[in-house]
Amino acid sequence: MTDPVFGPAPERAPDPELVQLLTPEGERVHHPGFDADFSAEQLRGFYRDMVLVRRLDIEATALQRHGELGLWAQLLGQEAAQIGAGRALAPQDYVFPTYREHGVAWCRGVDPVRLLALFRGVDQGSWDPAEHNFGLYTIVIGAQTLHATGYAMGVQRDGLVGTGDPERDTAVVAHFGDGASSQGDVNEAFVFAASFNAPVVFFCQNNQWAISEPFERQSRIPLYRRSHGFGFPGIRVDGNDVLATYAVTKAALQRAREGQGPILIEAYTYRMGAHTTTDDPTRYRLSDDVEHWKLKDPIARLEVYLRRNGLADDDFLAEVAAEADALGERMRRECHALPDPSPHDLWDLVHAEKTAELAAQQAEYDAHAASFEEVS
Amino acid sequence: MTTMTLAKALNAGLRKAMEDDDKVVIMGEDVGTLGGVFRITDGLQKDFGDARVIDTPLAESGIVGTAVGLAMRGYRPVVEIQFDGFVYPAYDQIVCQVAKLHFRSQGRVRIPMVIRIPFGGGIGAVEHHSESPEAQFVHTPGLKVVACSNPADAYVMIQQAIHADDPVVFLEPKRLYHSAKADVDESAPAAPLWQSRVVRPGSDATLVAYGPTVSTCLDAATVAAEEGRSLEVIDLRTLSPLDLVPVHESVRRTGRLVVVHEAHVTLGVGAEIAARVTEECFHSLEAPVLRVGGFDTPYPPARIEEAFLPDLDRVLDAVDRTFGF
Repeated sequence: MTDPVFGPAPERAPDPELVQLLTPEGERVHHPGFDADFSAEQLRGFYRDMVLVRRLDIEATALQRHGELGLWAQLLGQEAAQIGAGRALAPQDYVFPTYREHGVAWCRGVDPVRLLALFRGVDQGSWDPAEHNFGLYTIVIGAQTLHATGYAMGVQRDGLVGTGDPERDTAVVAHFGDGASSQGDVNEAFVFAASFNAPVVFFCQNNQWAISEPFERQSRIPLYRRSHGFGFPGIRVDGNDVLATYAVTKAALQRAREGQGPILIEAYTYRMGAHTTTDDPTRYRLSDDVEHWKLKDPIARLEVYLRRNGLADDDFLAEVAAEADALGERMRRECHALPDPSPHDLWDLVHAEKTAELAAQQAEYDAHAASFEEVS
Repeated sequence: MTTMTLAKALNAGLRKAMEDDDKVVIMGEDVGTLGGVFRITDGLQKDFGDARVIDTPLAESGIVGTAVGLAMRGYRPVVEIQFDGFVYPAYDQIVCQVAKLHFRSQGRVRIPMVIRIPFGGGIGAVEHHSESPEAQFVHTPGLKVVACSNPADAYVMIQQAIHADDPVVFLEPKRLYHSAKADVDESAPAAPLWQSRVVRPGSDATLVAYGPTVSTCLDAATVAAEEGRSLEVIDLRTLSPLDLVPVHESVRRTGRLVVVHEAHVTLGVGAEIAARVTEECFHSLEAPVLRVGGFDTPYPPARIEEAFLPDLDRVLDAVDRTFGF
């Protein structure tokens, strides 16, 4: 496709080489740019995280099916991408999630029950972003990438980039998906981040599907190459390989903290579940495709590696399984016990400084509500 | 006491706010080296540096969206939207993020952002440069919306808006930027930001206005006085929250109310005022509340904008009609 005057058109996504450190078969492979040594403890930690997060997801899906949640956005299949990205963070780094970042929330110490509360309709996000350095879930697609970029510009102004102090230098992660890559906000975030050399890592989980639309509807070129047009590097990593995702994210964060600017990571993965619990993927995709990706399962490959190399025994695996059961039981119990909010509080949350207008409307509501109580 | 234009008063107010709090940052298109297309930020980048006065890429959603992130990091961004008609690319960020983050986070996240918008017509501009989008922001819970009408208020209100912990849409009557000159007493005690004000007392009918139409109403009141009719003029100053206490008080005395704004009348701020005044002052009203505003057409080409904009004659005509009931 070379035009005689304009030159070659970009090719339509021939699969480029992924950064991979652990094959789907559980073979440890090496990569010249991102080789890393992982301790046995670290590897077992990744395994534990992924198993628990998968259980969190399955449990939440079941709670939705039982009518306890209004909705749930499933992460099934994306555990490695999220745990790799989450565990690569330094405590001072800040994360801006989508609404599917349950694995990253886990790494940031957000209690899974807080996620349930949002999808149950009890609140719209009840963790303290400042306590966890983890922003609230953002439902408008891509909006948070600008917040991340602005936050990173604030970090620059605070003088916390390139000081050389690993406990102070700070990076910001903007999560988004393949669908969001078409949004204006994401592209504007790329422009601003590049223009100001902001310490932000754009972490795109390309799970191949934006509800029913395949990745090909969003882009003619591999996603990671989008960054080149904006003037910063991009890289594609096997998003089902927790080791590679961790290594690449860690290097990208370090690069940002040092003041070398933004970077785009495309974590190549697959949404094994539905978009959310209201979606029916059998209407738009082939089960063959799903079966193919089952062979690339992020947890199975690490389990094979751990067992084959004597890094985990039956006792450890049973221990993690029991921990997952306990997590599931706790989530069910605490989800049922979540109290409904009080309508009275609505008006208190609108502004930092409540207006007389809202106070009057609140009083009117209270009087109305009280009139029912008197009757009953 | 200094004599200043409205533009100069805003510039001085911004400068004072930046001196008082080093977390205040200004962002927008052309706000740095150029000092803004209206020169409102003139000289600020030179004195405060380009980390605090930021010339941004040309993307309004990007400006407001990154300002959200800066606010979350503890800054107080003052965003300039170059013209009213260019705010819409940022509309999603303003309505879905800026306005809702405090509510969504149960008060844990504050967005102390000021979004400055030069608004209104009368400058002979091309399309998208003369609009009055205030009702869309007043209709959005979580935002506060104010409009200044004179240099003294501009100087104080911009500082108060920056100091507020909530997001404030700050509307500036662009056609008065360089024409309205007045004494500004920098040391005078400031009236609260969220209060409207009687700017000319009167007894026969009440005129309510904000931003550019305040001076139109004051002129109308002067002419009416020559004809023996005493009009009270109220400058709303704040549109969200709406402070109608002085309006109710006035209408209870005059029994007649005309609301004047450049925005389209349908579902405009005047419609809300008519509804509330009817609820509060039903038995005092001698006539229906009347509205004088922009027609329900898109803003017209500049050669005929004077027909679109409320002027002295249309205001006085509405006053006459309230006496016809």
